[in-house]
Amino acid sequence: MFPTPIHKRGTAANITYRVALWVSLVVWLLPLIAVALTSVRTLEDITRGNYWGWPTEILWYQNYVEAFTRTPLARYMLNSVLITVPTVIGSVALAAMAGFALAQYRISPVVLTLTVGVVIAVFMVTNIGVSATLLLGFVAAVVASAWLLRRSRWPGELLLFAMFIAGNFIPFQILMIPVRELTRSLGMYDSIEGLVVFHIAFQTGFCVLFMRNFIKALPYEVIEAARIEGANEFQLFWYVILPLVRPALAALSVLIFTFIWNDYFWALVLVQSDSAQPITAGIQALRGQWVASWQLISAGSIIAALPPVIMFFAMQRHFIAGLTLGAVK
Amino acid sequence: MTDTFLPSRPVPRSGFRTWFDRHQTRIAPWVFLSPALVLFAVYVIYPIVQSFWISLHDWDGLGPMEFIGLGNYVELLLYDFDFETAVINNVKWLVLFMLSPVFGLATALFLNQNVWGIRFVKSLFFFPFVISQVVVGLVFTWFYDPANGLLNVILEGLGLPGISPLSSETYVTFWIIAAGLWPQTAYCMILYLTGLNNVDAEQVEAARIDGASSWTMLHKIILPQLWPATFLAIVVTVIGSLRSFDLIAIMTNGGPWGSSTVLAFKMYEEALFNYRMGYGAAVAVILFLFMSVFIAWFLTRLVRQER
Repeated sequence: MFPTPIHKRGTAANITYRVALWVSLVVWLLPLIAVALTSVRTLEDITRGNYWGWPTEILWYQNYVEAFTRTPLARYMLNSVLITVPTVIGSVALAAMAGFALAQYRISPVVLTLTVGVVIAVFMVTNIGVSATLLLGFVAAVVASAWLLRRSRWPGELLLFAMFIAGNFIPFQILMIPVRELTRSLGMYDSIEGLVVFHIAFQTGFCVLFMRNFIKALPYEVIEAARIEGANEFQLFWYVILPLVRPALAALSVLIFTFIWNDYFWALVLVQSDSAQPITAGIQALRGQWVASWQLISAGSIIAALPPVIMFFAMQRHFIAGLTLGAVK
Repeated sequence: MTDTFLPSRPVPRSGFRTWFDRHQTRIAPWVFLSPALVLFAVYVIYPIVQSFWISLHDWDGLGPMEFIGLGNYVELLLYDFDFETAVINNVKWLVLFMLSPVFGLATALFLNQNVWGIRFVKSLFFFPFVISQVVVGLVFTWFYDPANGLLNVILEGLGLPGISPLSSETYVTFWIIAAGLWPQTAYCMILYLTGLNNVDAEQVEAARIDGASSWTMLHKIILPQLWPATFLAIVVTVIGSLRSFDLIAIMTNGGPWGSSTVLAFKMYEEALFNYRMGYGAAVAVILFLFMSVFIAWFLTRLVRQER
């Protein structure tokens, strides 16, 4: 163990360490403690400028009740749930399947070639309006290169995997305008569904990274044994792989829950009305309304932060396992 | 046992093999892959291509698009001083955010002990990462508030003059970065704590018996073993710093007078508030190219690991 375990040192060092530990914790969390304290203060305290002294009177719940009753906070919370839960289910399900495909099969580079080809062809038709001859020529070129690549030894599954990972790291802004237009043209602008579909698509990148590595590390004998028993590939996935990857599913679910719950950017870009806004955007909107009522802003912030915090404490082991994937060899 | 016949593909129980049975190992990957691939292509890959295209146009988001070639880029690079500010601020974020792996390692070393309550303390140290950046932004706005913020209460307690962090054009970005370091350090800390858990105990003991100083041990034995954690910490920190948006939007809205803007925020502002989609897309493309360098570095390392 590194550094040297403290109990191998003297008494003085031990006492110092233990005191320093708790003091540093308080300092580390000071901004949060301040907010928690503010959320139980009276309005009189706030207006009189008694922000940091002991509250003259502790309002254990009144500010929280007020935040809920006088504003659409409950609606925002509900929206957050309606956005987060389907996203978690959708992206984890898609990624389990895709991760399985990328971990267990050799996929020829043809898939990637065709995917890229189709994307570019669609782009050419919808945006540039190319002539039919040019389009045919392009399609022919794509098909020809796919044909040439059919026996190539390039690891197509690895290339696809790299594509998913890369997509996961790109800046959101490069997607912003087209995704907004797409959502609008699908009639899903300013709706919960619009956000959910986009989140599922984007989170799939991270989830595939996770699931593929997890499935790749499973003992191959188990899979081969199932095949010899006569299971087809779909039974193999359902009855063998899924039960084995349950820890990964749990870890991913808590992580994605937290990511999506905390999303702010896409909530700004894809929705705008109270009926679809999640809590992150909602709380910022309320800030304008509450101006200097810091006790309400604080209470609202704490409510907004609570679900991911509860999730974290309930599923701590899974959460950290997911987050530190790859931190050890 | 040497020549036992093992079918490479499953033999169906009914005795004859249907077309599906014969081809299922070729069909299955497509079936499993296509939902994710289609969605990803539509919502991620295609929009990237489209953003490049939009960046070559003058477009207000409603009317027809007018092709202007590299006009947006010329304007950005030559005439837009806010763009310069944004790039400089992005570099500040990138450089200063690199403190979080360092702080994270320090915190992890501090917490890697076995005393009463340590698990609880570790969880609470990790806390800032779990909560939303919106809340972190609000918390720090409150903390920095010049009239009543805790920061000034502390400064006055120490006999120092009060300050107004978020209205200083010169220093505002640094104060926002300080807020950003809070959750990011927590993230790096957890990576290092996991790494430290898996350090080879025998090597450490051997070095300790040989009388190596703590510093030498950290440098020669611990850090090399922590490399996977460091790599991951650097990757997430780089990505996090270039993605900085939420804190700026919450704390200053890019102000005062655009002095705390970054590329991510400027893009959002140009597109959604100034209705300059093409111009905004050009900013996004530049940010994307900037980020691609790091993504490429990360991917090549990852692919090499797979080989």
